[in-house]
Order: sequence, then structure tokens, then C-alpha cells
Amino acid sequence: MRQPVLASKNDKHTRWVKVSHWIITVSFFALVFTGSEMTMVHPRFYWGEVGNDLTPALFELPVSRNYKHGGWEASIPFTEIAGAPISAARTYEIFNQNGWGRSLHFLAGWFLLIPGLFYLIIGILTGHFRNHIWPRAKELSLRLFWTDMLTHLRMQIPEATSGPHYGLLQKLSYVGVIFILIPTLVMTGMTMSPAITAAYPFLLKLFYGAQSARTIHFIASVSLVLFLIVHIVMIVKSGFKNQIRAMTTGK
Amino acid sequence: MEKKKIITRRKAIITGLTSLGGLLLASCSRPLPPTYKNILRMGDNLTYVAHRALLPGQALAKEYNYSDISSFPATGTTNPGDSSKDTFNETYERLQKNNFADWSLPIEGSVSRPGSYSLADLQKFPARTHITRHTCEEGWTAIAQWTGVPLSSILQSVGILPSARFINFYSYDGWIDSIDLLDAFHPQTILAYGMNNRDLLVQHGAPVRLRVETQIGYKSMKYLNKITVTNEFVDPGDTGWAWYVGI
Repeated sequence: MRQPVLASKNDKHTRWVKVSHWIITVSFFALVFTGSEMTMVHPRFYWGEVGNDLTPALFELPVSRNYKHGGWEASIPFTEIAGAPISAARTYEIFNQNGWGRSLHFLAGWFLLIPGLFYLIIGILTGHFRNHIWPRAKELSLRLFWTDMLTHLRMQIPEATSGPHYGLLQKLSYVGVIFILIPTLVMTGMTMSPAITAAYPFLLKLFYGAQSARTIHFIASVSLVLFLIVHIVMIVKSGFKNQIRAMTTGK
Repeated sequence: MEKKKIITRRKAIITGLTSLGGLLLASCSRPLPPTYKNILRMGDNLTYVAHRALLPGQALAKEYNYSDISSFPATGTTNPGDSSKDTFNETYERLQKNNFADWSLPIEGSVSRPGSYSLADLQKFPARTHITRHTCEEGWTAIAQWTGVPLSSILQSVGILPSARFINFYSYDGWIDSIDLLDAFHPQTILAYGMNNRDLLVQHGAPVRLRVETQIGYKSMKYLNKITVTNEFVDPGDTGWAWYVGI
């Protein structure tokens, strides 16, 4: 017989929350750093299964010398038909640090995946999500949403309570990060893997192809960086020292 | 109630640790590429072991329709017969002049019938044609149709010995690389001599290149020069790039 335990004002961050929070923080920085490096190597994004320098891009970012470098030899069409796919040899030494970039990305990925799964399982078993993260039914009103939105826009951020007592917007953004953004990043990441998609082809269907998965991966990671910026601003506004103490030593 | 909670948590931790231990144990019974005391290579090996332990054996990579074939950039070495580049190889230049009629591929090592296979010899084997997606480590993809002989047919033809563990590939532009037997005997792993219904272009690895459809593009070595079958991992030194790139 389990009663839903209501969040108490005295609740503090539990040890497993703190440990997974900081491991995932470090892995997130490594992932963003190496992800940016990889974006610089091929700063073009596409939709569907296929995309390369010889096909049109959805968008291109001017972030390295690889941006529109144009170092291609005369193209060879594969068939006689007009508009046939072509082959062209690259004549330009591109920026490419993917040797360590990719390996560090995947190593950091393990440090997101394992603590992330640990966090999800414990979060469900202990009722952490139910009690602290998931908005309650009575909280989900448009009026409350707007009130909370306005107080945030006016930068009237309440002082830290040194524990998991969250407002509606805060809960909604944590739900978005924990249950939507990070799972999407992990799954689109796996959709770029030839071995994993051979074993689980539904991933290619789910994300409309390998290049769409890469584009979604990029957009989701930019969203997470934006979340991080807001997260840090809120921590500073609500009392930086207290917040860091609450997430580390817990006093 | 409090007690019940503790047991659940402990159970979760124990289950997690046990499955992690299973992963590590699996790695002990298999030969692994060296890590060079480099944490990145340790991570690569963890990914390799996890893929081998968790992914079903030899699932086929997605195959596409002829109309899906796309433009295909040629990167890395695009002509080992070009004397102006540092990847120049004189033998390759000579073979290229004769349209690779004198080219042949020695297959040696842990096999009972070592031999050398000309292009015509390879073409006598039942061919496999498939249309697959090439995934480059740089981030781009391209779809092409590849025609060639399954590596498994060749390995059976030379009589691969039970002690064999790795297949090593050497190229005219100076690369050495290897794959394990699971990928070597994967039905889509072929020695390709045709691309998009024509002979393989020089810029895509003529006369014969490897295709490993379950790994990143750079594993599909161009300009094959020699194959050796070995019982142990042949250490090419730390190239700075992951050896296993199923990801």
C-alpha cells in the first residue's frame, strides 16, 4: 500500500540526484564540445537518408573553413541520363579533428547513458519524478502558467529552497529535458550508427532517415544549450551559493 | 515500507552492476584491440564490446531502391596512380595503365589454401549486389549500389583455419586495417568491383575495395592490395582513429 508522498518543504536533493547531476553535467560539456567540433567538420544539415557536399543542404553554418569550400574536381555522372547522380573527388584539405572528437563524444556518451538510465530507474522507483518533477493536475492551468511566465519575465525569481521544490515552468522545463530532449538526443545519436540501425531499423523510420536524425540531434543539442543558459541564469538569480551548496554538500 | 524501498533500490543497483559485469566478462574471452593506455581507445573498446554483446549478430543494414542512389563524394585518396600526391604508388600506376588486367589480390595467413585472385577470378564467384548507405565519419551520407563477391565466399575458398580471429586489409595507398570475423562473415561484407552498374571508378577504389556496411565509411578500404588472415590483432599503432566504428 503506497501512498503518494507529497513533496515536503524540508526535502533536500538526495545523494543519487546530486551524483548523477554532476556526472551528466561533465559528460554534457564534453558532448557539446566534441559535437561542436563535429559540426565544424561538416557544417551542412539535411533531411532524409542522404546528404553530402554534392547534394543540396537544408541549412549550412559558417563555422569553419569547410563552409562552402568548393574544392571539388570535375564531376563524373554515374549514368548517361541528365541530372544523374555524380561523383566528384575532393581537392581541398578540410578541417577534420574527428579522430579524437568522435571517440571522446562516444566515451562521454557512455557517461550520459549509464548515469542517465540509473537516474531514470531510481527516479521512478523512489517516486522522485512523481513527487518533485511531474506537474500536479491542479498546477496545469493556463492562468498559473501565465502567472509563472510573467514572474520569470520580470526576473522575480524566488530564493532557493535548497531542495527539489519547483515552480510550474521549472517542472515543465525539467520534464522537457529529462523525458524529451535527452532521450531524443540519445536515440537520434544511435540512428547515425550503421551497426545500431542494422539491428534496429525502426530508428531510421522514426526519425525519417539518418540525415534527419543528425539534424534533429543538432537542434535538440542547441535547445539543451539554451536550457543550460536559462538554468544558470536562474541559479544565479535565486542565490548561486545556496544552490550550488544544495546540489553538492547539501547543507 | 521504508525497508521495502531499500531492497528495491539495492536490487536495482545489483542488477545494474551484474549486467555491467557481464559486459566486462564478455570482453575477457575475446581478443581486443590494444588501448595504448589511451582513455579514448578504452572507450572505443567499451563500445565495441557493448555492440558485440548487445546487438543481434549479423542483422542486415538497410537496403535501398535503385532510385535512391545519390551523388557520392570521393574523399581520402582519390588516385594512388597520381605521381604528384604523397599517396603515389608506382605499382598501382602500372596496373592502372593496363586497366588492372595484371592486378591480383593475395590472400595469406591462417588459411589452408593461400592464393592470389585476379579480377576475373573474383568475378567467377557468385556476385552479390546491394544498394546501401555509406556513412562517412565527417557527417555526410551517400547511397550507392555495390557489386562484388562476399568476403565469406573468398574466406571459405582459401580455407580459413579455426584459429583465425581477424582479417587484415592492405591498400595501395599505404593503409592497413582489420575487421573481426563477425563483420568478415556478415552477408553484406563484400569485395566490391562494381558501383552503380559500372566498374568501380578509380576515385572510389578501383579495381576492388572492401564494403563493410555495418561500420563507418573509412572501414571500407579502397585500392585493395593484400588480405591476410591472422589469429591475433595486428597492431598498426595508434592511428588516432577508432578501430571499431559501428557507431
